[in-house]
Amino acid sequence: VTDPPRANGELVFEAPWESRAFGIAMALRERGVLDYERFRAALIDRLGDGEADYYCGWQDALERVLVESGVVSAGELERARAESHDSARRSNHRH
Amino acid sequence: VSDDPAIRTAALEALLVEKELLSTDAIDAIVEHYESDLGPQHGARVVARAWVDPDFRDRLLADGTAAVQELGIGGAELNTLVAVENTAEVHNLVVCTLCSCYPWPLLGLPPRWFKEPAYRARAVAEPRSVLREFGVELPQGTAIRVWDSTSEVRYLVVPRRPPDSDGASEEELAARVTRDAMVGTALL
Repeated sequence: VTDPPRANGELVFEAPWESRAFGIAMALRERGVLDYERFRAALIDRLGDGEADYYCGWQDALERVLVESGVVSAGELERARAESHDSARRSNHRH
Repeated sequence: VSDDPAIRTAALEALLVEKELLSTDAIDAIVEHYESDLGPQHGARVVARAWVDPDFRDRLLADGTAAVQELGIGGAELNTLVAVENTAEVHNLVVCTLCSCYPWPLLGLPPRWFKEPAYRARAVAEPRSVLREFGVELPQGTAIRVWDSTSEVRYLVVPRRPPDSDGASEEELAARVTRDAMVGTALL
């Protein structure tokens, strides 16, 4: 079986968080939680604003649409970020 | 609060899992699907078939969506597929000026350069220079057509068949078709 075009492909994701940001949006879309056209419009806005990093723009757009559509609140996001920040610091100190 | 995108992504994932809207396994499965199951090998099959089967080529150029369905390829990102054929007179180049619309079921996820602001702007304004930077030097007489993808319409470039490929099997031909050639940023 020939499968060579993949060989000339480059890495799609440069860092693991990029693939998570992508996967979260696609999984929410599949479940009907994320209105994908609305998300796409928010992404276009963000990239048009001059956000140079594609997946940073992706993450911003995703959070914005989820907050605007009431799936999560800004307060919940902030709390989750603080927790994730603390646990990242703890794991940095482990080794 | 941190601006580190890795922390922001992990936080959002944790929050959605906590709210039972998602599971980590579901995200893993989706990423795996996009990284492994989709990819340019599917587009390459379409191109090779068009090279060996003139009737299929005609159907592909007339209605891309229906033609690739014959090969079992379809999906949400392929509502309308338009296949455009390179010839000695015309070279086709695909871009998405607004974001990163791309025929996922045929080519997988787009490469980084496809999403860069520079490519999105310059592919339209100065396609010949952009192509030169990709190492593609076209004769002055070859016209360049630039196709701007949208959420509704996706494009597939059918590259010219390599000159030294007489007698190659369909499978051997498919092996020579590259992703970039199907976006229009490479020749074969």
